[in-house]
Amino acid sequence: MSTAGNGFTEHRHGALTKVSDLFWRRPNLLVFLLLLPPLLWLGVIYVGALLALLLQSFYAIDEFTGMVDYDVLTLKTYRELFNPANLDIIIRTVLMASVVTLASAVIAFPIAYMAARYVRGKWKAMFYLAVMLPLWSSYLVKIYAWKLILAKEGILNWLFEQLHLTGLLQAYLALPVVGGGSLSISYTGTFLVFVYVWMPFMILPTQAALERVPVNLTDASSDLGATPWQTFRHVIFPLALPGIIAGSIFTFSLTLGDYIIPQIIGSSRLFIGQAVYAHQGTAGNIPLAAAFSVVPIVIMGLYLWMAQRRGAFDAL
Amino acid sequence: MQGPTGAQSILTTAISLKSITRRFGDVLALDAIDLAIAEGEFFAMLGPSGSGKTTCLRVIAGFEQPSSGELSIFGARAETVPPYKRNVNTVFQDYALFPHLNVIDNVAYSLMLRQVPKAERYAKAEEALEMVKLAGYGARRPGQLSGGQRQRVALARALINQPKVLLLDEPLGALDLKLREQMQEELKSLQRRLGITFIFVTHDQGEAMSMADRIAVFNLGKIMQVGTPEEVYLRPASRFVADFVGSSNVLPPEFVGRLTGNPGWASLRPEAVTVTPGAGANLTGTVVSRNYLGATTRLVVDMGGQRIHAVVPSGASVPMEGTPVAIAFDPAALHRMSDAP
Repeated sequence: MSTAGNGFTEHRHGALTKVSDLFWRRPNLLVFLLLLPPLLWLGVIYVGALLALLLQSFYAIDEFTGMVDYDVLTLKTYRELFNPANLDIIIRTVLMASVVTLASAVIAFPIAYMAARYVRGKWKAMFYLAVMLPLWSSYLVKIYAWKLILAKEGILNWLFEQLHLTGLLQAYLALPVVGGGSLSISYTGTFLVFVYVWMPFMILPTQAALERVPVNLTDASSDLGATPWQTFRHVIFPLALPGIIAGSIFTFSLTLGDYIIPQIIGSSRLFIGQAVYAHQGTAGNIPLAAAFSVVPIVIMGLYLWMAQRRGAFDAL
Repeated sequence: MQGPTGAQSILTTAISLKSITRRFGDVLALDAIDLAIAEGEFFAMLGPSGSGKTTCLRVIAGFEQPSSGELSIFGARAETVPPYKRNVNTVFQDYALFPHLNVIDNVAYSLMLRQVPKAERYAKAEEALEMVKLAGYGARRPGQLSGGQRQRVALARALINQPKVLLLDEPLGALDLKLREQMQEELKSLQRRLGITFIFVTHDQGEAMSMADRIAVFNLGKIMQVGTPEEVYLRPASRFVADFVGSSNVLPPEFVGRLTGNPGWASLRPEAVTVTPGAGANLTGTVVSRNYLGATTRLVVDMGGQRIHAVVPSGASVPMEGTPVAIAFDPAALHRMSDAP
């Protein structure tokens, strides 16, 4: 090793140099040291908390004392999930999350496509700004703003009035399920605000996926006889699918877990997040709250498994 | 996959461009191009990058619409026909294989679009793969293939439709030299066998000359010359063609005047020049560089400011750098050109 004196090696002997030399000789050591803190964080705090949550859900509350019985592991709490009232909450939440996800995907796609294909330079920066801007203001402020927009005295009602379409809005609100006293206390209102709030999380991954689809694939497809619709169906959509799935993971799971939007905007019927909040707080039923929290995790697991089986990630 | 058996239908015009112009904003990518390509021809569009050759190909394929002018494909006007309705297929520069489909689905793509039953389209695709010597590769993904194999898949995919015209956009550009030469041979024999009109774009003059029946030399959105490889090589119409096709000596009028007494632009092929050591003769100069190329050696001789390139057989008699030499050439090899650049 030592070739001192021939001018080939430089003589630097500081402690930091020694460390650098060590890392240079053993690159894996550096990788290990860099990964250690995040792995500890992920393992202990993140996964650990999840496991603790999972464990909680296998206890049950004692009906007489109202205290959690920590001596027996039981599936009683999970059975409770399937009470008609609780099952309603789950179905309502999953349906809302599905519809929000679908609508987000449909609205986000053209925006993402436009941004990925046609927008360049300064306009691209504008696009990112426009998409991200809503994320810069507080979530609560946005929701209350929407409450005002959707309220009976709000700007949307006023707009319908100016367009002489109040009858149309009234007819819509008279519909079962989606309707209500006004938009701000209907499922439609909840849906609109969910779509608005999660939209950036759908646009950005979809745009990133589309960005990676070479333009000449579109040319090649049309060259081989595909109409624009066929090109979309057989080339663009399958290649954008991983991005859309990534976006839908956000919109779907965020909707599944949210408890503030349905509380402020919508009918007073509960969503999973609200049920968790109520059971762990006022009701003091931590096991049921934990069991409720497991539901979105299981649903997301199933969703990803199905997406994978249907080849959604083949283009990754 | 059969070609026209009567290969003598050479006079049918496959593609005709009349005064085709294509603007991109202020840029004139194609400037009133006139061109006719016969059926069964192996036609090359040669030019430096930005010369308009690829735009021209894209106009024929339908990816670009001409700003003005007439495009006919087998006699039928085609400017406004979308690409998916043209019986013209393209092999793209970087192959443009669909990464989410395996090889056989890539090849069978156009049949799938036309709802050909699965068994039939796979049989046809396998046949097409056989034609490009990739039988049995159907289950692989494009990402698992080498560059040369991807090239063949792109070819099979474009040919499965039995197009009347096959367009190739720098088809060999991404391959290494050895593979490129092999593919040149194969493309040529494939074209002979199928009798399909091949139009290919290249910036490599050697490739254009070795493969094409005719060459169109593009520069700055215009066609500078159309002709057989021999015509373009031996009788370049302008300085640009002489310089671009095979690095001829382009001699300015004064110099030609000194040589022949009759000034005017002329070109002189380097291999037409002979170089002998020693001064005193009529045309003398000094060797300023000497590059050994194997069978031949390339010399640059400085003749009072005018540099002359010469390609001479390698051997002991090739003069060294700095030696005074005399050059000579057959006067017939001096090709007169127009004054146009």
